[in-house]
Parts: sequence; C-alpha cells; structure tokens
Amino acid sequence: MITCVFLRVVITELWEGLMKLKVKLTGAVSAIALSLTAVVAQADVLFWSTQAKPVEEAQAMRDQVLAGANMAIDYQPNDGGPWLTRLNAELQAGSGSIGVLGALHGDFSAMDDADLVDLGSMGVASASATFNELAKLGTGDMQYIPWMQASYIMAASKEALPYLPEGADIDALTYDQLIAWAGNIKAATGEAKFGFPAGPKGLKHRFFQGYLYPSYTNGVVRTFASDEAVTAWEKMRELWAVTNPASTNFSFLQEQLLNGDAWIAFDHTSRLAGAFNERPDDFVAFPAPAGPTGRGFMPVIAGVAIPRTAPDMEASKAVVAHMLKPETQLATLRATNFFPVVDVELPGDLPPAVQAAGGAVAKMSGSADANPGLLPAGLGAKGGDFNRVFVDSFERIVLAGQDIRTVLDDQKGKLAAIMNETGAPCWAPDAPSEGACPVE
Amino acid sequence: MQARYLPYVLIAPVSVFLGLFFLYPFYLVAQTAFYDGAGWSLKNFQEVTSYWKFPISFKNTLWLAAVVVPIQLALALLMATMVNAMKKGRDLVLYIWTIPLGISDLAAGIIWLAIFEQSGFLNSMMHGLGFIDRPTALISYQNPALIFVAIALAEIWRATAIMLVILVAGIGLIPKEYYEAAQVFGAGRWKQFVRITLPLLRPSLSTALVLRVILAFEVFAVVQALGGTLFPVLMSETYAYQFELLNGGAAASVALIILGISIASTIVILRVLRVPKGATI
Repeated sequence: MITCVFLRVVITELWEGLMKLKVKLTGAVSAIALSLTAVVAQADVLFWSTQAKPVEEAQAMRDQVLAGANMAIDYQPNDGGPWLTRLNAELQAGSGSIGVLGALHGDFSAMDDADLVDLGSMGVASASATFNELAKLGTGDMQYIPWMQASYIMAASKEALPYLPEGADIDALTYDQLIAWAGNIKAATGEAKFGFPAGPKGLKHRFFQGYLYPSYTNGVVRTFASDEAVTAWEKMRELWAVTNPASTNFSFLQEQLLNGDAWIAFDHTSRLAGAFNERPDDFVAFPAPAGPTGRGFMPVIAGVAIPRTAPDMEASKAVVAHMLKPETQLATLRATNFFPVVDVELPGDLPPAVQAAGGAVAKMSGSADANPGLLPAGLGAKGGDFNRVFVDSFERIVLAGQDIRTVLDDQKGKLAAIMNETGAPCWAPDAPSEGACPVE
Repeated sequence: MQARYLPYVLIAPVSVFLGLFFLYPFYLVAQTAFYDGAGWSLKNFQEVTSYWKFPISFKNTLWLAAVVVPIQLALALLMATMVNAMKKGRDLVLYIWTIPLGISDLAAGIIWLAIFEQSGFLNSMMHGLGFIDRPTALISYQNPALIFVAIALAEIWRATAIMLVILVAGIGLIPKEYYEAAQVFGAGRWKQFVRITLPLLRPSLSTALVLRVILAFEVFAVVQALGGTLFPVLMSETYAYQFELLNGGAAASVALIILGISIASTIVILRVLRVPKGATI
C-alpha cells in the first residue's frame, strides 16, 4: 500500500531504469531478428510532442499533416511531464526511439543544449528573425526550428456587446474600459461574466507576464515590484471583482463561452477555438486591452527539434523539413489552430476559429500602441519557478487579499534568486541588461 | 521439496516484486530527497517546508483525513452490518455499493464537479425547483468551506466501499456461537454489536483503517478536479514540484513527508487496535 505513496514520484526513476532495460532488450531482439531475416523493415519515425494533444487534433496531425510526408511517422502527443520524463530517460540511456520532438519554446529551454542536435545547417527556418534567434536558446546553434505560432486574445459572446461602455472601441479597448464593460454586465445581469483562465491548467501566468505587466510597467522582471506594478495589481483586483469567481476552475475558456458562464474571456487562441468553430456566429474575437504603457501581448512559439539519441538522423531531418513546407504549415493551421511561421498566403476557406483569431492577432500587433513582449528566455529548468512567482503573487494578492506592496517585496527576492541563478538577460519589453536581468 | 522451504518459495515472487518496485524506488527517492547536488543535506526539506503554501497544504491534508475517515468508518460499519443481516439479495447490494470503487478517482472528481459547478446538476435542480433565482458559482474561492464539503463528499462516496469490503469479510469470520450465547443472556442488538462485533472485528478494522488513512493522505485527483489550486494538499505539492517546477529533489522530500505521516498513523492505528497476545477469534 505504502508503495502507492511513492509511485507517482518514482515513476521518473523507474521509467529511466525500464528504458535502459528496454533499450537493451530492443537491442537483443533486433539482433535476433537480424540474424533470422536479412530484410529489416524501416522503423516509423516517432514524433514525440507536447502539442496537438486533444484526440481530434492528434488525429488531424496524423491524417492531414504528416500523411503528406510520404514516410511512416508515428505521432504521439503527451503532457509536458511524461514527455520530458521519457525524453530524459532516453537521453540518459544514450539511445532511444524518439526521432523528432515537438514542443513549446519553454519546454526546449528547460533542456540541456547538448541534448539537441544543431539544426542550423538544414537550411530551413521561420520567416521571423526574432523567432529564429529565440530558437538558439542563448547558444550559437539552432536548437530547434520554429514550427508554429499562436497568441493570447480576447473573445466575447455577442450577448455582451450591448454592454460595452460608451465610446469604447472593441478593437482598441483599455483595461479600464474592459473593467467597466464587465462591470456593466454584472450590474445588468447580476452575474460576473468575465472569464479568466485561473484554473489548475489555465495559462494565467502568461496574462501577467505578457499582458498586464507590459501594459502597466513596460517590463516584466526589472519592474516586477515597481510602483507601476502595484497599480497593475490594483487593476487586476478591480478586474477580478467583475470576474466570474468560478474562474479558479477555468482552464479552457471555450467551454465557459459555450455554456454561458463567461461572456468575455481571455485565453490562448487554440483554447478559444472550440467556441468559434462550434458556433461561429455567436462570438467575436478582439485584441487584448491596453494600459498606460501600451498594448502588451505575447506570442506562443512551438518548435521541432531532434534529440541526440534519434535512431535515424536523416529520417528525423526529413520530418523537420516537411513540417516547415508551406503546404504542411497550412495543414497544421487547420489541424491545430496554430499559425504558420513561414511566409504563406492564407486561403479564404479556413475554419472560423482561425479567421477570428488571425484577425484579432493582426489588429493587436498592428495597433498604434502595440507593446509586444517576448517569451521568457534563458531560464532553463527554472521556467516553472518563474511562472510560480507570478501565480503565487496572484493567489496572495487577488485571492487571499494580502497587501500588494508586502507580497511584491516578498516575491521579488524569489524572482531575483531565479534570475541570478540562471543568469538570464532581460527580454523585451524590459530594457536589455548585461548579465542577469536585475529586479529593480 | 522439503516442506520447511515451501513458505519461502511461496513468498519469493512477492518479495522480489516489492524489492524491485518498492525498496529500490524508495532508496532512489530517499537519495533524491537528501541530495542537493553537492552532498547530503536537508536543503530540499527546508525549501518545501518554508514555501508559504506548505502549512496550508499540510493542514488541509490532515483535516480532510480527520473528517473523512471517521465518517467512512461509521458508514462502512453500518453498511457491513446491514449487508450481513440480509437474507436475500446480499450480493446484489454489495455489488452496487462497490461500484464507486471501480471508478477512477479523477473520474469521481469530475462527476462531483458536474454536480457542483455553476451550470451543474445541483444548480439546475435548485433553479428548476424555484429555490434560487439564478445558478450561482458554488465552488469558488469565496466558499472555502463548501470546497471542503464537496471534496469530503466525493471522497466519502468514492472510497467508503474499500472499507466496506474488508469489514464485510471480517464480520463473516465471526462465529455465530458468540451471538447465540449473547442472546441467551438477553443482550440486545446494540450490546451485541459493541461487545462482540467490534472487538472481534479488530484485525479487519485495523487493516481497513490503515489502508484508508494512507489513501487519505495521498488524496490528489478528486481535490485537483474539485478544488483546483484553491485547496492545496501535500500530494498536489508533490505533483507541482515534479512536473511543473521539474524539481525532483523537492518532490521527493514532500513524498517522504507524506510517507512519514503515513507511517506514524499506521503505528498509532496498529497499537490502538492490536489484538492481545494469545487471543483468537
């Protein structure tokens, strides 16, 4: 019985042990197979991914995206934890079956750069120099190739539109107008209808890092405990007062948009897609709001990489090259709602979610006050701890009602420790730094 | 084969299994927990216990066990006695009562979430019957007590059956003669239960309690589904350290803390419910 206590934690250790055993066994079995027949079938390339996890998306990846490669590819998506566990087991064992990795920028940055094959010589890259630079993960080599991109946007049910405050333009909202809008709805219906992804799997930390902080402080790390940050958290409290209190259970806002628990929502484009695809006429997508220092927003980048233990390097590279082809990128867009990273003309018959999200992202990045941020870079395995600083601040300030200044001064120490330990330099919108990004 | 070797041969597979899947991983976990990259230290333990959520999750875990387990014990005893007194349909009732046991704990959490959430069954029903004007969010950070009640209810619904099964088996082992003798001396139903059933049920009671208390300290999926991050427990801290922060050392030390509580409570239960030497049923 007591075994149960451990099993969850030791799974890592066990898996590693088993993988080593499996590698040996596989070796033995293939040796036997070789001695029995002279013909060896070409093995499938295992595409080990943290993206396109929902069953329909995974199936679309297999049927529409990878089928065009004319080679046998086994697409297997998994959660971040198990994904990394198996990958690390194979890397430790020194040999493995994973051929290609598909994951977010943050997943790759948590890895040891010696474990990823340099893809710089392949001659494929994204159209964005910023993305290509991010993909080097602070080294001189191309650690992964940018594969697809998304962002976070706002969505609203059309029922909410009559409550827009006087003179507010939905495509150029400010945080104050958003709060007033949600407040009007609460006053009229008696229910708080702003939905915020504060659930266990919700992406709330990205809202603070890429939207709230840049919009109010023009920084993320340097300005973490500034007076402007205190204002930002005060606004967050105001917003929370008109937010559906059940938001602490919301992780995919498309569900709450569809069932009416939320009329206005902030989330990842692919986590809103379900609502637009199911009832395209009932919802509108629009840019994130702006604060005193502009309209902060943040991209999401997924990449493809090859682990050094890939069994067939040529086949893996062929898969990576296939993923970057314009027609594959369009098929990926249809399958996953993630946008292409290469220059390609979007056809007119895209799913409603893609059209809505594409329009909102374009308006957001094209707005006069746009203040684009970058994903945290150079944090290595401390990415989770970095997110925790923001999530803890949220839970203490907004949910537990603790004093903003006290909490920020307390969390500041933790943030500074992470930055010093990793030596990560500042990223936009923070001003560049020499050495570790300072918390001022 | 000589008869005296037979017991050892028979327990060999289990021993190998436990050695491979318990002792070896235990050794690895302990190593991970007490190692900080440079040498042996308590750094991981200091890190996890100084985190602001640790006292909250520690308290939540203990409270949940302290509330849920006694209720389950009382219910399981009641149900076991009822089942035992049935002449017909005993198996059918037992099967129905143990259905929740076959449902994964995450599924159980989601079922109860479907009841309690804003557009859930409870709200729709109360709204439909006219008790409330509009559905309200029941499970929210404003109602910590209700989150606790929802989790406790789900746990009681889900895991009482495991105690029930053990107790039903234990009650079946008590010889009928004792009850007949008690009836001769005029003892009522309640007296028979307190004086015969309970004392003779001690071995089953301790097994059931040890099993249930340990599982209560490991509660995770139900809490995750119903309380999310609003109701931190030790196991969710372990999960967060391992999979969100990728900090195996800290995860291992929380796991060892859970093990420590489990061992301590097991010892207490075994001592309190121990069968005196020489006493048999």
